[in-house]
Amino acid sequence: MANIHGTSLDDIAARLDGMVIAPDAALTAAALDLADELLALGETILEVWLAARGETPTKRIVEGFRLLALHRQGARGEPSFNACRETCRELVYHHNLVRLDPAHVDVARRLRLGVMVARHLQLFIGGKLEIAGLGEFCCSSRPLRQHETRAQATEAV
Amino acid sequence: MSGKYKQVAYYPGCALEGTGHAYNRSTRELGKALGLDIVELKNWNCCGAMEVKNVDPKLQTYLSARNLSIAEGMGFDTVMAPCNGCYHNLKKAEYDLANDPASREVTDRLSRKAGHATYEAGKVETIHALDWVKEAIGEKGLKARVRNSLKGLKVANYYGCMYTRPRHIFPEKDKGPGSESTLKPHFMDDLLAAAGAENVEYPLKTACCGGAHTLSDSDTSTKLVLNLLTTAEACGAEVIATECPTCHTGLEMHQVRAEKVFGRKTTVKILYFTQLLGMALGLSARKLGVHENLSDSSDLLRARGLG
Repeated sequence: MANIHGTSLDDIAARLDGMVIAPDAALTAAALDLADELLALGETILEVWLAARGETPTKRIVEGFRLLALHRQGARGEPSFNACRETCRELVYHHNLVRLDPAHVDVARRLRLGVMVARHLQLFIGGKLEIAGLGEFCCSSRPLRQHETRAQATEAV
Repeated sequence: MSGKYKQVAYYPGCALEGTGHAYNRSTRELGKALGLDIVELKNWNCCGAMEVKNVDPKLQTYLSARNLSIAEGMGFDTVMAPCNGCYHNLKKAEYDLANDPASREVTDRLSRKAGHATYEAGKVETIHALDWVKEAIGEKGLKARVRNSLKGLKVANYYGCMYTRPRHIFPEKDKGPGSESTLKPHFMDDLLAAAGAENVEYPLKTACCGGAHTLSDSDTSTKLVLNLLTTAEACGAEVIATECPTCHTGLEMHQVRAEKVFGRKTTVKILYFTQLLGMALGLSARKLGVHENLSDSSDLLRARGLG
């Protein structure tokens, strides 16, 4: 599975793994660029999901970020997608944290945590592409879609 | 102590009688130590868990409504459920019964057929074990009762997915200061901080652990859990505190599996928040069922003089 530019989730996973093991000095020296790249990787992950569903990823922004607009688009008609809502927001937070103070003594660690958040998003979406129900059974209740469930046991009671 | 929730109905749910036995034990012991009474629902049934919900959501609503009806019949206006799945399903039933006429009709029909009173929305409030301690005792009250501080134990608080999602079934959350947040929950952080723990900033506190697919696609679950564990360690956590038996068991099982299957060893310990609070109150680790956990935290606890 890949987005329209041919980037796959495996490509993204490899890039994230590389960022996690990069030395502190390398992360610190390129903090601003890496923060932006992290956000872009998050967007690409959601583009892969949307592309797999035959949708054109939006260019819109929500609360200042395209990543959040993409999440909103992905969640339309797919309540289980909300299971990665906070993960997307955390990714935005870590991006902002690094950009706010790229010379902070803790910037390498902040970047690494951002990478781990992005990795979770990649794993979750990758999991959903394999099993569409990931996130569906646990936190995604469907009270407003009950009419979609046919041949219900309760009808026979 | 506000007096609110001093005595509540207790719905342990199936998991707490099985893999989550230590959570059941530690919740009861914590209640005793705090002077809070919990009265178990008589003849309670499964909340419908994940399986029934998926097959027939209205049947799940009925199953949870029956438990609420029992609580009402026992004279309670509050039921406390420590399991995120049970808590979520009781909340969902409450929402469905208030907003979906078809759910009301099915619940009424099945209740009459089963020969018990039909539960009507708004009669019983469902709370989580976190709400229970937070509201009944509070951070101040807890601090005053601490006999064995958690001494700066570095804790990552993992709330899991069902405690805050979907937002619409938790109308009491996101109400500003003092209320719980669905975006960044903090009740467990607040309580453990009051008991002396040092909470680390954990960015995956509500992230998916793949729990429901732990059998159908174990590798996906293991990878998700491994990322939760390594992130907690990267945050400096020595312990992940949990408040759900499914999350807890998933983290423990996949910690072992990650080492076996992927050769990735992590050392962060996994404990229920009730076990941590209990130890802070001076209860023994054994009394709190720490020995029943798969994750062996005995060395860490001994080194910290806990339990």
